[in-house]
Amino acid sequence: MVLKAFFPTCCTSADSGLLVGRWVPEQSSAVVLAVVHFPFIPIQVKELLAQVQQASRVSLAVLGTWCHRQQESEESLGHFLEGLGAIFSHEPWLQLCRERGSKFWSCKATHQQRPGTPGVSSEDHVMLIFYDQRKVLLSHLHSPTVLPDCQAGDATASAEGLAAIFDTVSRSEVLFCKNQFDEGPVRLSHWQSEGVEASILVELAKQASGPVCLLVACLLSLVSASGSCRLWKLWPLPFIASKLSTCEQLRHRLEHLTLVFSTQKAQSPAQLMRKANMLVSMLLDVALGLTLLSWLHSSNRIGQLANALIPMADATGLWPFVSAPARACVHWACLGLELVPLSSLLVLMLILTAHPSNNNNTTAASPHVAEELQHLLQWLMGAPAGLKMNRALDQVLGRFFLYHIHLWISYIHLMSPFIERILWHVGLSACLGLTVALSILSDILALLTFHIYCFYVYGARLYCLKICGLSSLWRLFRGKKWNVLRQRVDSCSYDLDQLFIGTLLFTILVFLLPTTALYYLVFTLLRLLVVTVQGLIHLLVDLINSLPLYSLGLRLCRPYRLAAGVKFHVLEHEAGRPLRLLMQINPLPYSSVVHTYRLPSSGCHPKHSWGSLCRKLFFGELIYPWKQRGDKQD
Amino acid sequence: MEDKRIFSDICGGRLALQCRSYSPFCREFCVSCPRLSLRSLTAVTCTVWLAAYGLFALCENSMILSAAIFITLLGLLGYLHFVKIDQETLLIIDSLGIQMTSSYASGKENTTFIEMGKVKDIVINEAIYMQKVIYYLCILLKDPLEPHNISQVVPVFQSAKPRLDCLIEVYKSCQEVLAHQKATSTRP
Repeated sequence: MVLKAFFPTCCTSADSGLLVGRWVPEQSSAVVLAVVHFPFIPIQVKELLAQVQQASRVSLAVLGTWCHRQQESEESLGHFLEGLGAIFSHEPWLQLCRERGSKFWSCKATHQQRPGTPGVSSEDHVMLIFYDQRKVLLSHLHSPTVLPDCQAGDATASAEGLAAIFDTVSRSEVLFCKNQFDEGPVRLSHWQSEGVEASILVELAKQASGPVCLLVACLLSLVSASGSCRLWKLWPLPFIASKLSTCEQLRHRLEHLTLVFSTQKAQSPAQLMRKANMLVSMLLDVALGLTLLSWLHSSNRIGQLANALIPMADATGLWPFVSAPARACVHWACLGLELVPLSSLLVLMLILTAHPSNNNNTTAASPHVAEELQHLLQWLMGAPAGLKMNRALDQVLGRFFLYHIHLWISYIHLMSPFIERILWHVGLSACLGLTVALSILSDILALLTFHIYCFYVYGARLYCLKICGLSSLWRLFRGKKWNVLRQRVDSCSYDLDQLFIGTLLFTILVFLLPTTALYYLVFTLLRLLVVTVQGLIHLLVDLINSLPLYSLGLRLCRPYRLAAGVKFHVLEHEAGRPLRLLMQINPLPYSSVVHTYRLPSSGCHPKHSWGSLCRKLFFGELIYPWKQRGDKQD
Repeated sequence: MEDKRIFSDICGGRLALQCRSYSPFCREFCVSCPRLSLRSLTAVTCTVWLAAYGLFALCENSMILSAAIFITLLGLLGYLHFVKIDQETLLIIDSLGIQMTSSYASGKENTTFIEMGKVKDIVINEAIYMQKVIYYLCILLKDPLEPHNISQVVPVFQSAKPRLDCLIEVYKSCQEVLAHQKATSTRP
């Protein structure tokens, strides 16, 4: 096997001396860590190596000699260096030499004590690999594409290959603590032999972090103790708290804070990175929140917002944003169509498309939104888009919803004097972070569109009832019935009067279905719009919560810290000389940085596939923006 | 030590294979595609701009022209930076590993290094690609748990797709290095 000598680039201009490092026999590679300079006493060198070995648990040894010919008359040095092999016995003994005039190096590896052939030293092929000691020391090697099922085997696999070299360098950090200003018996040359690299700010932060962590941990334990008090366990509170996204977000942040400020030290680099990511995401969150706060509180924007919100809140139906010509268009377009779902779809597509363009002048153009919603209901109660509905049912449903809107308006009128005060206090919560403010916004939206939710539930229940009735009566029509015990459809012989009643009911239900379906469709689409807006807010919150900002910044500014692997460059080569390679660190791509270090999101949102969503919508099952207890995760 | 030969890829385009042998245990193979030709660049730009002028004549909106300029520029940048691969290099070093580098036309380099301990073998595979059968060189990786099984197949020269004669050339050289490694690693 070819002998590989890993040599630090910082030692290329060091004075002649001894090579200190680790020999990895499985790969026949020698990792040079430092150069010991003359003059030294061999016993002291051995003592130093023993000390470092004890501290770092890396078997260090003197690997060979290093000769840097700066003057011409150093022929005697070469003989002297060869003689050193007798004092520090190592197998094989490396002899590295850098010529003065040329760029090329010579390197010999000799096996001196080979049994059977005394005196004759055999030589191996040698390959010189230069590495940047600082980068290799600081980098954290990510093993490429570890499959989830071989995590257990990973621990043993990491100790082989290039990981062994990274491991050796990072573990012998003790050796690099000695610099040239230390009063020691042995002079070493390595990456920080010019002086230990440190920063006053970092040292101060290290000193301060202990007490700060202790203090914050105490405060957090107080907060969590008050959170677990029995008063919060009374009946309606846990239910409400589980539905409000603000509570979820606050709980999530509290977990983050307790993890970041826990007084225990992070065990692994991954955990350290996770803590740093959490801290940075929290800091960014709070900074954004404070910016929002200062923006809100300058020039009385809260009052403006409240004034804008009250007419919005009157009834946050989205119908008014459709201008009159658009409605006329819908009318004409649907005139020829007798199919209810298709025409209603067209209507709502127009609503959806008309909404963003009119978004800016909502506050000015719609002083009384509730009236517009009433207009929408009256339109539905007549002949919407030229469709002929069942008049009686239509009137009943329309009046029912109108009464609801009436209730809602009176509620809003009661609320309206307090809205500015409430908004002011809610605005203060932005100092807890932008995510909390966004969650509160989402909750406010959910509360203000409660009537739309109610309409949706009534419509969905009615529709669901009809669909269920129709499906069972259709079975009756075909002479079948649903067997509950066996969970299957059995054939069944009905009496004549049963069949008659069933058929009659079936006919009635079929003829009443379009009216219910229209109401259901309109309110479902309004509801879906609200859910979409809420979903977007949650997406933004999740993005801020889970984006690993610290890792991304590290990847941007110090690409070598997150290493995916290494790459080699072949340096200039001359025949007869050993091959020289330059080992560089291959940084992790951004996508895998995000993938590896993504923080877990609070995860209280359901994950519907599009198919199941459509199915639920068709059968009139309720869809919730939060997770149901019985929901299966797919 | 270094020789350059002309081969063709599976569609008949020109490819240059450059073999550098630094020592008996370190070899480099470099497959370079022809660079972006001025003719095709001009043709694409002219097509986009003529289409934009046509639209402009119809709609009389100058936004279309500026959009066309931006689309051409961004498209060219994206093509050079993410799509067009000028050179693919395979560096095989005995007892250390195999390194694959693809250099994009903009100078971006994408490097993958596979340690020799994980490499099981290098083979030429046959595959059905659209309506024809093509050959490709690939590296077989060992399963870390069961060393006799293959866990992954890594294709080499993925964008250049050279023909069999070129692949055989590379394959023979690689096998020499691998054989050298096997011979020396079994030696005590």
